[in-house]
Amino acid sequence: MSILDVLLDEPSTDPAPAVIEFAALTRSFPGEPPVTALHSADLRIESGDYLSIIGPSGSGKSTLLHILGLLDRPTSGEYLLNGSPTGTASEADRSRLRGGCIGFVFQSFHLLPHRTVLDNVLLATLYSGVPRAERRERALAALHRVHLDHRIEFLPTVLSGGERQRVAIARAIVAEPQVLLADEPTGNLDSVNSAGVLDLFDELHGDGLTLVVITHDSHVSARAQRRVRISDGRLTELA
Amino acid sequence: MRRLLTRARPATDAIDADEREPADVQPASAVAPRPPRGDRFGARDLVAEATFGIGARPGRLILTIMGTVLGIASVVVTVGLANTAAGQINKQFDAVAATQVVVEPAKSSNGGQERARGRLPWDAAERVSRLAGVESAGTLAEVDVKGAKVTSVPVNDPSQASRTSTPVLAASEGLLDTLRGFVVTGRNFDSGHDGRGDRVVVLGAQAAEALGVNRIDSQPSIFIGEDSYTVIGIIDGVKRKTEVLEAVILPMGTAQADFGLAAPAELQVRIAPGAGEVVAAQAPTALDPNSPDGFSVKAPPARSSVQENVQGDINLIFVALGAVALLIGGVGIANVTLLSVMERVGEIGLRRALGATRRDIAAQFMVESGIVGLVGGLIGASLGVCVVVLVSALRSWVPILDLRVVAVAAVAGGFIGLAAGVYPAIKAAAIEPITALRRGV
Repeated sequence: MSILDVLLDEPSTDPAPAVIEFAALTRSFPGEPPVTALHSADLRIESGDYLSIIGPSGSGKSTLLHILGLLDRPTSGEYLLNGSPTGTASEADRSRLRGGCIGFVFQSFHLLPHRTVLDNVLLATLYSGVPRAERRERALAALHRVHLDHRIEFLPTVLSGGERQRVAIARAIVAEPQVLLADEPTGNLDSVNSAGVLDLFDELHGDGLTLVVITHDSHVSARAQRRVRISDGRLTELA
Repeated sequence: MRRLLTRARPATDAIDADEREPADVQPASAVAPRPPRGDRFGARDLVAEATFGIGARPGRLILTIMGTVLGIASVVVTVGLANTAAGQINKQFDAVAATQVVVEPAKSSNGGQERARGRLPWDAAERVSRLAGVESAGTLAEVDVKGAKVTSVPVNDPSQASRTSTPVLAASEGLLDTLRGFVVTGRNFDSGHDGRGDRVVVLGAQAAEALGVNRIDSQPSIFIGEDSYTVIGIIDGVKRKTEVLEAVILPMGTAQADFGLAAPAELQVRIAPGAGEVVAAQAPTALDPNSPDGFSVKAPPARSSVQENVQGDINLIFVALGAVALLIGGVGIANVTLLSVMERVGEIGLRRALGATRRDIAAQFMVESGIVGLVGGLIGASLGVCVVVLVSALRSWVPILDLRVVAVAAVAGGFIGLAAGVYPAIKAAAIEPITALRRGV
């Protein structure tokens, strides 16, 4: 009902809600003086967008990522994920949204070293409510999509960096999230592997997936369809 | 450059909307509807993840469970050996045995030949019944019927398969009472039958069944060889010398007259509890004042209360040691699980990012620690059983161990593990995914 309320009350021009929408979102950290990492940010990401957020270290990138990924709550303002407000949602609801709507790709891959590639991908299906009977099938499909069919039973420790990141991407997309959040996805990769991962992002974008890539690397950012710069906690979209 | 603002709307409005309809306060449910129960992170996933978590470090597992194994094993061993030892004592001290004295002629063997040195008098039962502490007495002897078969009808049927012959015993009047038996139907023979050598018999319940005699009002007879004997009663309920129930029982005098029985073979005496030593000392003299050493007396030994107290103290010490070992085991599990939580901060962050709730994380570590405890409990209980069996075998005791105790001990290991997992689980649940994700897995 809440979504309907939001839509009906709102004299909005678009009928469909954006995947991600920030409304005057501010995140500040208490201290002397208080640090405002995100300053009244407004951002709208439509379904199918490929957006990069670029900024130097200390610009508020991490804070933005944590807010986007529902790992942190805004101090004020609202973050609408698929049109529903998340700022005041319960921790259980946010966990469920995180599992079902957002796929994470990290700089350091975050693969469990003792579990096979397939198990690592299956891990994301545990908490996101993927029907039990479909889990294995979908994990295999996700691995096929990142071209790792031949590595299913390998341990991540024997894979190259690029392959590891592709496993992480498979894990991120297996629950069919609305948006893929990538934090410096090529930060630990050489140029060849970086190119492979970025090509994969292009493919996924081509399939209609919404991508948000946070990076400090202008080459990575250049691949995106939309580019947003963050600087001193303020967002500006680059033309 | 353009501002991305398309919709400026205070977040509180949405909340107000929710508060207006409390039944629908599920702001997130429209985006991520609650999946069906079977597809959520359930018990099956929990156990699988916990098992993987433990299995990743098998070497550590062994160290972790050592304390629990030793604790559970020592508890099981203590209980098992106490039960076994108690069983040994009870064998000598059960209620029936404690009031039973058996007198037999002493046997001396020379050159492999056994020879009775004494001889029970015919009135042995009467002689000992005058002793203080004796409640009743009766003599018993096996009767050599010289191959004669005991039958209910003397039919010589060669086609009938031969069956083992029913044994024939001779007894005095008091034996039935002494052995705590009772008459099912009919009556027991008395001293009159005995003195006259009447051809009457009493049947043990099983013998009666084998011979097809179940009522005595029709005055049935049985045949020992060619001679018929009137069945006057059927007896049952004998607690000691249960072979009596399988036999045909003649009065002593009848056995002496018909089969040339030389003397009673043993004297059964029922005594008051605690009278064992007195009766054992006096009975041989009463039986034969001239050569009291011609008899061997089996009497219950006096129970040592000191021994019992010592046994109780030893048990207490072992149980206390077991409890301490269990405590140490629990602390060990808690320690290692805590260490594991600290090591796996990255994994915890990852799981949280993948949608795990704090409760899911806490449950995982609780179950991991519970499984470790349960494995320790199972190994410990098995080890304990092995030790009990081994010790019993070495001392040729009958191992007595209540299997429920073993099961409870094993499960107790699991509970110790769960209890030990509480603090690490709280720690794990408190980990913020943000800080956790900054570290690698």
